[in-house]
Order: sequence, then C-alpha cells, then structure tokens
Amino acid sequence: MTDYNFAYLDEQTKRMIRRAILKALAVPGYQVPFASREMPMPYGWGTGGVQVSAAVLTPEDRMKVIDQGADDTTNAVSIRQFFEKTAGVATTTQTAEASVIQTRHRIPETPLTEGQILVYQVPIPEPLRFLEPRETETRKMHALEEYGLMHVRLYEDIARHGHIATSYAYPVRIEGRYVMDPSPIPKFDNPKMEMAAIQLFGAGREQRIYALPPHTKVVSLDFDDHPFEASKPDVPCALCGAVDAYLDEVITDDAGGRMFVCSDTDHCERRRAAGHRGPVAEEDAA
Amino acid sequence: MTPLLSVSGLSKHYGAQIGCADVSFDLFPGEVMGIVGESGSGKSTLLSCLAGHLVPDSGAVIYDTRAEGPRDVITMSEPERRMLGRTDWAFVHQNPRDGLRMAVSAGGNVGERLMATGARHYGDIRAAAEDWLGRVEIDPRRIDDRPATFSGGMQQRLQIARNLVTGPRLVFMDEPTGGLDVSVQARLLDLLRGLVRQMGLSAVIVTHDLAVVRLLADRLMVMKGGFVVEAGLTDQVLDDPQHGYTQLLVSSVLQV
Repeated sequence: MTDYNFAYLDEQTKRMIRRAILKALAVPGYQVPFASREMPMPYGWGTGGVQVSAAVLTPEDRMKVIDQGADDTTNAVSIRQFFEKTAGVATTTQTAEASVIQTRHRIPETPLTEGQILVYQVPIPEPLRFLEPRETETRKMHALEEYGLMHVRLYEDIARHGHIATSYAYPVRIEGRYVMDPSPIPKFDNPKMEMAAIQLFGAGREQRIYALPPHTKVVSLDFDDHPFEASKPDVPCALCGAVDAYLDEVITDDAGGRMFVCSDTDHCERRRAAGHRGPVAEEDAA
Repeated sequence: MTPLLSVSGLSKHYGAQIGCADVSFDLFPGEVMGIVGESGSGKSTLLSCLAGHLVPDSGAVIYDTRAEGPRDVITMSEPERRMLGRTDWAFVHQNPRDGLRMAVSAGGNVGERLMATGARHYGDIRAAAEDWLGRVEIDPRRIDDRPATFSGGMQQRLQIARNLVTGPRLVFMDEPTGGLDVSVQARLLDLLRGLVRQMGLSAVIVTHDLAVVRLLADRLMVMKGGFVVEAGLTDQVLDDPQHGYTQLLVSSVLQV
C-alpha cells in the first residue's frame, strides 16, 4: 500500500471535503459547495459519493457498496474494488456489519444504526433545477425559503396524471427549512431517511455536498388532499416472499413473463437463508 | 387619506446616462396612474425601480403595507420585498413569456402564487385557477394546456390572471397591450378596466399608447429624457397639453 495515499485522495483534499461535510451536517439539507476532484471514473458513476467515502473512511472501517440495492452490479463492484485497492479496508455485503455504506438509488432494507454512515451518490443536487434553470435564482430561493415552485411541480403531476407521479428523487423538506433532493432513491425509501445513521450526499460533477445528522426530521412534500404515499409494487418478492421490501421488476422472457424481486440483494439473501421462500424460488431450488 | 404609494425624488442613472431623474408622485388607493413617453424616456426604468427590480440611486418609495403601514420599499429587506412582490403587488410584463412559466400548464401558472403563499390543497388551488381563467375569458377546459399553445392575447390574459389571483392591491403594468392586434387590445383593455374597477385595484401603467391611458388611467405623467415634464388628470393633460413635448405627443396620434 505505498502506491496511493490511504483512500486515494491526498490528505489536504480529504480535509477540505471533511470541512464541507461538517458544515453540511451543521446545516441539514443545505448544499455546501466543495472543490470536487477528478476521480479515476467518469462523472455519473459516483465521483461525489466516492470522494465523500474517501474522506470519511478510516483503516478500521468495513465498507459496503450498493447500486440500486444490489451488491453485485458493475458500479457497486468497481467502487468496492477501488476502495479495496486504494484503502485496503475490509468490505462486506452485509448491511449490519458495514460501518460505511456507499449507495446509489437505494436505502438498505435493514434499519441502519448509530455509528453507521450512509453515503449517497447524487447526480443533480438541486431539487429546483428543472423548474428554475438559474443557479443564482435557486440559491436565492433556498436562502429566502421560497419553495412554492416545488409544489407547482407536484401540481403539474396531479393535473397530468391524476396523482403525484414523481416516484423517485421525491423532494423532501428538512427540519422545516431546506427543501432537498434525496438523490434518485424511490419514494418508498423517503420515510426511511429519518434514521439513526449519518447520511452524507456527494455530487461530484455539481460540486455539492449535503448531509442529514441522525434522527433529522424529513418530510416529503405533498398536498392536503393528495398526501404522500411510499409506494411499491403490490406483490411479494418472487424469491424470498418479502411483502415489505422494495421490488425490482425483472423481465424473464419475450412473452410478457416477469417477476418482482427484492432490489436489496443482501436483504433477500438473508431472508432466503432464514428459510423464507417466494413463489419462484422453490422451483429454482429443485 | 394615506397614499398607497408615495414616491419622492426617485433617480436612477446608468453611469453618465440618466435613467429617470427626480420623480415624485402619490398614488391613492383605487387610482390608476398612467406613464407615457417616447422610447428611452425612462418609463420602464421608473417602473422597475418602483417594483423593486432595480435599485434607484436616490429617493424613496413608501408603500402602505397591510400589516405595518407605510414602509420604504427600497430600504426594506429583500425577503420582505419579494414577499410583497408575490402577494400585495403584481407585475404584468409586456411580453407574457417573461411573466409566465411556459413549461407549466395554465392552471399551474395561476396556482403558483397561491402555492408560494402557502396553499397546500390541490382541489382549492385548481378551483381558484378555474375561476380566474373564467374571469379573464379563457375557456376553463384549457386549464391543463401549456401557455405555449395559447395565442398572444390569451397569454397576456393568463399572465393577468396569474398576477391577480392573490388579490393584490397594486399592479404594475409594462405595456400590457404591446404587441397585440387592435381588436385583441380592445378586449384586453375592457377586461382590465373591469378588473381594476371591480377589485378596486391601484395600478401604475407604463405605455406609449395614449388610447390605453385615456381608457384606463385617472392620472397621467408624461416623461421625456428621464424627467417628468407634465402631470395631471388624464383628460386634462390629453385635451389641454401644456408642455411642448406633450403637445407633440398628442398631435402625433394617428386618426382613423
């Protein structure tokens, strides 16, 4: 381990990022600008999350990386290997064992506990971006708490689809103050954001870090007559039979065949190890 | 009676160029003030200074707020000024594209100010939007259409609906009929006159169309080169112009 400084980034860079993280934790939901570095992977692959993870990792940490809930997809595997190589930290796929979890698009089903850190990869940190293209204006809107526009977006959803059709990156209000983009997690995960672990959000291309300290109040925006609903497919997991986990739709043939399976692979595997079976799993076992 | 808006010694320079200089007037509740003048005479600069879009070099703009009585808008904090801008004030742009969100449906456009002031009931917002579309003579069935599919006159009426939905007391209008053909202009003016009388609005209307001020304005200010050269009751100024420039302006109107 002499080729790289611990966790790839040099110490001054990590220090700069840690300062941004501390500021972000002090002002939950506020987007703190930071000097994002070039990383050995393209923008959109989690450069923000990787920098935040690198800044918080210690040699004693055990790391887990998930992509859409899965431990074995390209993004997850490459980032896990990146930290195995550059930091030499232990890695795991088990949510409960990990001290730092870097995630893209999901919150693990297993409730996180105190002492754990959840790092999100964020493509577009500004929730108002597609409504107001000017950065100067969105900053002013955040500063002055002018968030009426966010509801205009939800209004348009209802007017067009009859219900709030936004199903991911669902805007949330933090402690009654900042409106925040929770990164493209499904809105099913929104209620889980009030958790005991520290949540850090890193956007590499957009050069922003924001954060939620443990047990921060997170409210999903809605209308009185169209309340927020944490929706998911209304079927059990085909492999483990879980009814309370977020499911992915998997196309199984070209004749309309499909099945719904847990998007959190660790959760699904542990349930199957404990003897739970869904409708499809038994055939597989035979 | 306390004036709703009291302007004194308002000046704005663009470097050595005069935007507007030493403008003073009082606007009383329910009164409509017209500002006319040639292009570059400082009408729009004055309006922007009044509405808080530009910071004047000197002078005071005292507005009689609902909660706290007369306050100077220029020294007021920005959040307060922006709050005024989306509740008690309205600003109608010459080009409706400046005042509307073109990617948002007509209903969303009208509802935006309601949502910005805390309305969180979809049914109520939609009902208010439908009501207002009807009041500005837009078919409520087009509530989910985007403004881009509307004609110029309809866009302008939509902009007016969007601005008046929060029941403002003071409306700033910058050439509200500019760029519309005469028959559409006539309908829009008729509508505006109705709304102003019905809601008891006060308004400051900037225009270079004397017919517009004749129809809408109670009082008139004539500007030239950044200065107010003549002011008075509309009919008085138009029928018996005193200043040379006003005489020129009145005699320049084409007769059909």
